Amino acid sequence: MAELYDRYSPLVYAVALRVLADTGAAEDVLQEVFMQLWRHPARFDARRGGLGPWLAVIARHRAIDTLRKRRPQTDLEDVVIAIEADLEEGAERVRALEKVRASLRAMPENQRTTLELAFFEGMTHSEIAAQTGEPLGTVKTRIRAALLALRRALST
Amino acid sequence: MTTHEQFAEDLALYALGSLEGSAVDSLERHLEECAACRQELARLEGDMALLALTTAGPSPPQRARQRLLKAIGREPRSLRTVLTRRRWWTVAPVFASLVLAIFAILLWRENVRQRDRLEALRADAARTQAAVEEAKHLLALLTDPGAMHVTLAAAQARPQPGSPARAGVARAGVREPAGKAIYMPRNGALVFMASNLAPLAPAKTYELWLVPMHGEKPMPAGMFKPDPQGNAVVMMPPLTAGVEARTFAVTIEPEGGSATPTLPMVLVGS
Repeated sequence: MAELYDRYSPLVYAVALRVLADTGAAEDVLQEVFMQLWRHPARFDARRGGLGPWLAVIARHRAIDTLRKRRPQTDLEDVVIAIEADLEEGAERVRALEKVRASLRAMPENQRTTLELAFFEGMTHSEIAAQTGEPLGTVKTRIRAALLALRRALST
Repeated sequence: MTTHEQFAEDLALYALGSLEGSAVDSLERHLEECAACRQELARLEGDMALLALTTAGPSPPQRARQRLLKAIGREPRSLRTVLTRRRWWTVAPVFASLVLAIFAILLWRENVRQRDRLEALRADAARTQAAVEEAKHLLALLTDPGAMHVTLAAAQARPQPGSPARAGVARAGVREPAGKAIYMPRNGALVFMASNLAPLAPAKTYELWLVPMHGEKPMPAGMFKPDPQGNAVVMMPPLTAGVEARTFAVTIEPEGGSATPTLPMVLVGS
């Protein structure tokens, strides 16, 4: 467990801190995510896409729950991750993430912002539409398109 | 893989946790039936993971590591993981061992019960065996041609052949006490029966005596108290085998008996 922690805690902490912008709250999420892993190791299935991506998504979900001051919404077992790239290996992981970052930079501004509001701020599409003054349908379409763009970036 | 277009956008919102209301229910119903949409959801989670993985920042403080390791130390995981899993077959071994343990306890209790019952039966059998042995002895005694039969009568009214006052027959309206002893010198077996005995004063007892053939002093042959009808029985008192008896006698003695008979005699053998 200590090994897993040493390997993945920077990732989990970075995601939580990005969402919460508060080191204390991020530490709480860090603690919670690893306790979940400790308590229910069977809920993580290594075939589904690697521990790193899974922990990153779980950290995001838990951090959003904290941000919105609500009970955990996502069942760990429901989080099934399919990823084309192998993100556990050092060199390939670095290459893949560089592609993803490039894809983010290449995105139209409003698309990237919408994605980040939805993902890191935990805002619903209705909230985003209300804030940006854009039609709900546009926001929905944009969110999906942004996610698909990240996926496409890996296969280039 | 094609996904159902009408769910495509909702799937992305669902993955983000942004979908609300009845749309969640209808999507979840659809996901239960549609493998293609489940696969697409997994891919969207993967896309989200990519986005999450791009974040970078300072490492967590060292205290967070200590906090976690301490919490883990407080919480052994083995039992908890087994019990909190949902799939029934993961708890089946635990359940099976529980059932086995309970079964074993039940068997053990049954075993103890059976053993107790067996003990009781054995004790019963031993008692029955002893009773049978005693009955055999008694029967042997009563039917043995070598047994000595002695009739006892009130000491003051010895039965005389031809006398009108026969033993056990009313004289002036009072029935005389009488007794009968059957004795086998060879093994010391003795049965004595008496009737019409007078009630005893408190702290007194009747005592039967064996009067030996060759002038030795009388030997105690059992104490007895009559029932309300004046009847009494002495069976197989502990006597030394091989003592020839001249006769038998009955006296009244203090409770607990005496070493030598206290006169007068109540009954005496002919």
